[in-house]
Amino acid sequence: MDALMLARIQFAFTIGFHFIFPPISIGLAWMLVAAEWLGWKKSDPDYVRVGKFFGKLFAVNFAVGVATGIVMEFQFGTNWAQYSKFVGDIFGAPLAAEGIFAFFLESTFLGLYLYGRGRVSKGLHWFSALMVAVGATLSAFWIIVANSWQQTPAGYVVRNGRAELTDFWAAVFNPSTMPRYLHTVTAALVCGAFVMSGVAAWHLLRDRKSIFAYKALRLGVTSGLVFSILEVMPFGHLHAQQVARTQPEKFAAIEGLYTSQHHAPLVLFAIPFSPPPQLKANIEVPGMLSWMAFGDMAAHVQGLDAVKQEDRPPLWITFVSFHNMVALGGWFIFLMSVAAWNIYTRKLTERPLILKALVWSIPLPVVACELGWTAAEVGRQPWIVYKLLRTSQAHSATVGAAEIWFSLLLFGAVYLLLGALWLFLMIKKAKADPGELQAVSAHA
Amino acid sequence: MDLNTVWFLLVGVLISGYAVLDGFDLGVGVLHLFAKSDEERDVHVAAIGPVWDGNEVWLLTGGGALFAAFPVVYATVFSGFYLALMLLLVALILRAVSMEFRHGLDSPRWRRVFDWSFGVGSLLPSILFGVAVGNVLRGVPLTAEHEWAGSFLGLLNPYSVLVGLVSLAMFVMHGALYLRMKSEGALHERMGKVAVGAWAAFLAVYGIATVATFLVSPFLFEKVAAKPVFWALIALLAAGLFTIPRATRAGRSGTAFLASSATIVASIFLAATSLYPRLVPSLGGLWNSLDIYNSASSPKTRTVMLVIALLGMPLVLVYTAVVYRIFKGKVRPGQAYGAEPTAAEQAGIRAVQTR
Repeated sequence: MDALMLARIQFAFTIGFHFIFPPISIGLAWMLVAAEWLGWKKSDPDYVRVGKFFGKLFAVNFAVGVATGIVMEFQFGTNWAQYSKFVGDIFGAPLAAEGIFAFFLESTFLGLYLYGRGRVSKGLHWFSALMVAVGATLSAFWIIVANSWQQTPAGYVVRNGRAELTDFWAAVFNPSTMPRYLHTVTAALVCGAFVMSGVAAWHLLRDRKSIFAYKALRLGVTSGLVFSILEVMPFGHLHAQQVARTQPEKFAAIEGLYTSQHHAPLVLFAIPFSPPPQLKANIEVPGMLSWMAFGDMAAHVQGLDAVKQEDRPPLWITFVSFHNMVALGGWFIFLMSVAAWNIYTRKLTERPLILKALVWSIPLPVVACELGWTAAEVGRQPWIVYKLLRTSQAHSATVGAAEIWFSLLLFGAVYLLLGALWLFLMIKKAKADPGELQAVSAHA
Repeated sequence: MDLNTVWFLLVGVLISGYAVLDGFDLGVGVLHLFAKSDEERDVHVAAIGPVWDGNEVWLLTGGGALFAAFPVVYATVFSGFYLALMLLLVALILRAVSMEFRHGLDSPRWRRVFDWSFGVGSLLPSILFGVAVGNVLRGVPLTAEHEWAGSFLGLLNPYSVLVGLVSLAMFVMHGALYLRMKSEGALHERMGKVAVGAWAAFLAVYGIATVATFLVSPFLFEKVAAKPVFWALIALLAAGLFTIPRATRAGRSGTAFLASSATIVASIFLAATSLYPRLVPSLGGLWNSLDIYNSASSPKTRTVMLVIALLGMPLVLVYTAVVYRIFKGKVRPGQAYGAEPTAAEQAGIRAVQTR
């Protein structure tokens, strides 16, 4: 394998592994803000226990997220030096802004949140949870800004052999930033809600009378229902429309459209083959894709055939990851609706099947995040910056295949171990007895 | 002062902020390898527990600022130092997760594994940061197109390893002084001795390294004597080094820690002053060096980033200071991670807060 392919594999592996943790952290942080608020304002010891209990899960997850995130900050320079030189004038700024506006906030206040309970006032303690959540959410903003600029570059001019900034706000709010940000952050909120609901459901299965678990479940399911609906409608839909307008090749690949046409069908299920790119065993709704993308059943939708072969993204991986993400999104809405209805009718504790489904669905939103990210990034290929710089011209020319083999194997081993330890500790802490947590009685 | 120089200074501020703040975390991590008991190890970790994460952000922000202000340096140096940087990243990963994981299971063996990886994960960066600085001071092999032309083993040259020992001694001294501030009893006493020992070691290796720099990179000393800031930094360094052992022996831990912080800042800016306006000297010929002009981003980007830094950093400094204030005071054995204070401790906290 050549150095370029290895660098791509290493980036995909390290970012894919890192991306397990931030969505859970962002989502769980907001769940903690809600629980700690209820515990503080209503003086409800059960919610205080919910905060403490999920705070421990949060701490483990956050640590792994931070540790694997350091790699990402440096990997553009180590493995993508040509890219860094080309985009440094624009791409570095959001990374630095992420540090200044987001990382400092979440990291500094996380120390206060984890170590400050009982040492600082309850109001300040809640505020520290809020700042962790705000910091994590801002950090997502700046990283989405950076990545969206790769998808739909704006506010620049190519000069001196590089992209130079001409308009900061145009670069920050490039055409895909907001649709992608809202879609991504809502996905993170779904992740957090599913962790809380699933863990609470597990405790409820063991002890149907656990008030702690019931309250956590109610909070988790309510948020889970709201966010999984918002995730699809409007945010998923708006993002897809934006892709259709600004990156038609990617849109064609994720939707599996080879031939440009009017009345384009929406493919619900198919098995993609290539070359040439084609779908088999299709189940489709005629005209629906045109309507969803442009609000008109007769609208013309560009297919993969509209661009030269060397400018096409790969069909299989984009189509499959996108469609599975959509299917999972449907499952989230369905499951949360059923669970919410049973909470409303006060029957959920008598429905072990639903509780079990909630438990087993804990990892699925993270899977959906990974699939969505894969569709977004692979769908941009063969470009590293859409229509400006090819991925094949972006890696570090001075880093050879042997060196990347070494680092890839090193990270492979370390991350495998890290992933196993993370999973082990998360499950252990999720199964811990919440009765052992003393609710704070003393005023502080 | 032009915008390039402003960013040269700002990157210097971020690097010294990292060295002062995460420097004591790294030092405490190294010292933790030599702790005498589990209770002592808990004190080591609890002393830095609430703050290390925020401290490490200085490194991330420094990396981001370097990318934004001097992208050519970011790309050339990071791809050039590839294997060394990968080892550094793995060490930082191990260190970060070990502090969290070591509390995960109530088993001595489990804890021992993560105590070791925490210690080694702190030791390796303490040396590697210095090795990296050493290579920059020595100059790196660059092609005419400003591409890296060196090798991994070339990074481990004697001069750079010597600078690695300087940074190790510096962080151990700094960490010992921090831990002395945060601890009581036997550990407090021992850290005083360790700090003075590390101070002597730092003085020795720093002296040798200065002589070595004369021989390896004489260009760093050209014209530098004419700059007033150079003499001011020398004075600051001397004052810091003079104060550390005295304040330590006199039991004024806070003063000693501040003196050590001043020493770190002074030594980093001394190196920066000698380099200026170069960022990465070229071994093949100084005319080919990366400097603050030929590796900079556009004026527009540097202006926007300056606004961001001026808006954001004061706020960061304020809440960082507030959090340090909240956690000031001694860490006691048994004060485990995330544990709430006992009733007696709470009374103490309230007494401190109302005072």
